[in-house]
Amino acid sequence: MYDVAIIGAGVAGTFIGRELSKYQLKILIVDRENDVGNETTAANSAIIHAGYDAKANGLKGKFNAPGNAMYDEICEDLDVPFKRIGSLVIGFNDTDHKTIQNLYENGLKNKVPHMRILNHDEVLEMEPHLNNTVYSALYAPTAGIISPWELAIALAENAIENGAELKLETTVTDIKKEEDSYTLITDKGDFTAKYVINCAGVHTDVINNMVAEPYFKIRPKKGNYYVLDKGIDLVNHVIFQCPTDKGKGILIAPTVHGNYLIGPDSEFVEDKDSVATEARCLEYVKETSLLSSTAIPFNKVIRSFAGLRANSDLDDFIIEEAKGAKGFINVAGFESPGLSSIPAVAHYVVELMDKIAGGLTPRADFNPKRRKVVRFNELPEEEKKQLIKENPLYGKVICRCETITEAEIIDSIHRKAGANSVKAVKKRVRPGAGRCQGGFCGPRVVEILARELGVDEKDVPYDSTDAYILTGKTKNEK
Amino acid sequence: MENYDLVVIGGGPAGLAAAIEARKNGVEKILVIERDRELGGILQQCIHNGFGLHVFNEELSGPEYAGRFITELMSMDIEYKLDTMVLDVTDDKVIHAINQQDGYITIQAKAVILSMGCRERTAGAINIPGTRPSGVFTAGTAQRFINMEGYMVGKRVVILGSGDIGLIMARRMTLEGAKVLAVVEVLPYSGGLTRNIVQCLDDFDIPLYLSHTVIDIKGNKRVEGVTIAEVDENRKPIPGTEISYDCDTLLLSVGLIPENELTAQAGAQLDPHTNGPFVNESMETSRDGIFACGNVVHVHDLVDFVTEESRRAGRGAARYIQNKLVSNGQAFKTKPLNGVSYIVPQTVRIENVEKNLDLFLRVRKVYKNVKLVIKGDDEVIKEIKKRNLAPGEMEHLTLPVNSLTGKSFEYLTIEVKEEA
Repeated sequence: MYDVAIIGAGVAGTFIGRELSKYQLKILIVDRENDVGNETTAANSAIIHAGYDAKANGLKGKFNAPGNAMYDEICEDLDVPFKRIGSLVIGFNDTDHKTIQNLYENGLKNKVPHMRILNHDEVLEMEPHLNNTVYSALYAPTAGIISPWELAIALAENAIENGAELKLETTVTDIKKEEDSYTLITDKGDFTAKYVINCAGVHTDVINNMVAEPYFKIRPKKGNYYVLDKGIDLVNHVIFQCPTDKGKGILIAPTVHGNYLIGPDSEFVEDKDSVATEARCLEYVKETSLLSSTAIPFNKVIRSFAGLRANSDLDDFIIEEAKGAKGFINVAGFESPGLSSIPAVAHYVVELMDKIAGGLTPRADFNPKRRKVVRFNELPEEEKKQLIKENPLYGKVICRCETITEAEIIDSIHRKAGANSVKAVKKRVRPGAGRCQGGFCGPRVVEILARELGVDEKDVPYDSTDAYILTGKTKNEK
Repeated sequence: MENYDLVVIGGGPAGLAAAIEARKNGVEKILVIERDRELGGILQQCIHNGFGLHVFNEELSGPEYAGRFITELMSMDIEYKLDTMVLDVTDDKVIHAINQQDGYITIQAKAVILSMGCRERTAGAINIPGTRPSGVFTAGTAQRFINMEGYMVGKRVVILGSGDIGLIMARRMTLEGAKVLAVVEVLPYSGGLTRNIVQCLDDFDIPLYLSHTVIDIKGNKRVEGVTIAEVDENRKPIPGTEISYDCDTLLLSVGLIPENELTAQAGAQLDPHTNGPFVNESMETSRDGIFACGNVVHVHDLVDFVTEESRRAGRGAARYIQNKLVSNGQAFKTKPLNGVSYIVPQTVRIENVEKNLDLFLRVRKVYKNVKLVIKGDDEVIKEIKKRNLAPGEMEHLTLPVNSLTGKSFEYLTIEVKEEA
């Protein structure tokens, strides 16, 4: 019997799991995917919004700015890449300028600090590659960029270090409501817990409906993105166009790894599992982004992808005990600014749990820190020398594009919530995330995974265990 | 800090030939740095034949071709380091590299030859719509898995792009028992050599769809199918021409990109037409004493030409070290005009050219019965009749140096002239 079962190991589930691991609770986190942070957490704009855009008087407005403010500490503790680079919402005409003023006013209501409205000259001085047509901008210095999946991975690792359990490729097919507990029926067996926290992203409505009255519906909105190569001088801040009914506006965002994201569009989709990109949508992203800067080098695109926003028909976050299901908490409708808000939301969920459980007891031995991750290519020469002396596998470069060494890959496999697939290695230490997209290092990573996990190379998957890469030995095919 | 006369970065066919030629021209202390486990580069996974017709007058496999150079290199006691990654090349020719045995090493070289080769364009770079399942490989990665690691990558295969590696892999996958359903090329002509179309597709009844592309990939875990469609002259899919295939694999052979991150770090200027460094007649980049050769300069279709070009780089580096390169005197730039996409070298200092000036170029599209016209400024130097020209086949022109000496022109231009 677990105290708490969390459904979904995205950034919401792992953050809440890690927050609850500060208390004397037996915690289980389940996810249907083969890795944490593998769905919406792995395919979004990777931005910690300042909070001027979130509707005041709602939960988004309540949690965004406080969540943003908590990011320095959590990323320091968990050694997650995070940079507070600031954002600009740029406008091109009077209408946009009015929107910018409204955003500023809304930001004040949400207690967003240090915002300023900039004129044409000020914007171009800050960002010379933006188009000369820019009229004004809202500058919010507290906006940041992060690696969301690395955050979820780090949270899961730290939660496990503090006693939580993680079960992957475990799909909840039904939930039985007992007297004082819930039993999750899964394809990997049944698990009973006193409390359940539903962090199932685009599937939170389905999970809710297993135990409670249906009262919201998740209608995912898909967004398509481009990823640009490193080494491009484009912008230094996150650049938004003015928000429209299509979302926060097409953005140009530096990433913590030195690439740029261009996107996303926003369209309702029926299929909750489809993250296929569409030519039409990518074309829209491209055309619209060029309104911000015609300097975007689309010949430097190294990848495109699409992600789903867990948009609900209630038009705000849903963070509450489900109606008629005591001890069953929904964290739903967690679209943008979900990532930005989650540190504050996780605290709030702990408060809810504390009330429901009649008091939580802190663990004396909680360790908030994660063992540091070595990022070899970011280190100065002397530290590189020392590392190779200590472990010669730091001298063996596996990924040429990102200069990732074998020692880093091996560490990513053997950590708690460690990598067990090629994509999981890529999410943690980035071989395959560079310009060759794994063309050279793919076979090497397969070999290292096979050796470290003690399996045959043909049984190393790309992602989930049925996403096989190799079909068998040569000379064996009929 | 260690000291070498010449450091060659990359131990594939280009680096091997350059190092050997430098030694033959009197360079003493040479080091070849290779990032892979063995010398030979991508040739080691090219187990098909067809290499060496120009250089050795015989048909060799890739490993055999590489083997001849590796044997020669070793017989000359040229030093090399394997599994060694160069992290940086500074403009004053200091090389920073790491490996397991030596740790972090810095080397001061008198001259450097860059021969890092190229990489494949990826699915991301060409933006194929659809899902991102496993089973999408670049042809070269599939070739490595099959020929080097001994693993098959799929059973039912569609290949996008008719570059040479894709054609070779169509045959290779077929010989290993896979069913290659189609090769799909967005252009109205193939990017590969004619001989590969005949020997790798026609001989195995594999259909080639020209002016077609992949418009959708299906499957959330592993590839389950792809849809192709014909494209119009603007490369936009034509509705109603879709063909769907049930397949578990999509191979991509959609072009090669010279790998010039180190070149840029060294401060050498890149030619946007080749994506490689600007080079002169001696294969020296815009950085004094830093040379480049092979696919890092421009993508070749025959390794034999890589060898010839790299020998020139080896000689150039030797003469640089010996202070024999002439940097003044008659010089001109080359400039591609009508129908020509690039010319290598981009600058020529005529006094460094021995007997003949070798020029390499590619054309922009397929031409029949045309002339290549070479001019010095506006004066015609030579006209060469060509029955066939295609972007997939690199053209090699040789001009006797005495046809150029004593003339003062700024630009040597080459253009395609179609018959009126």
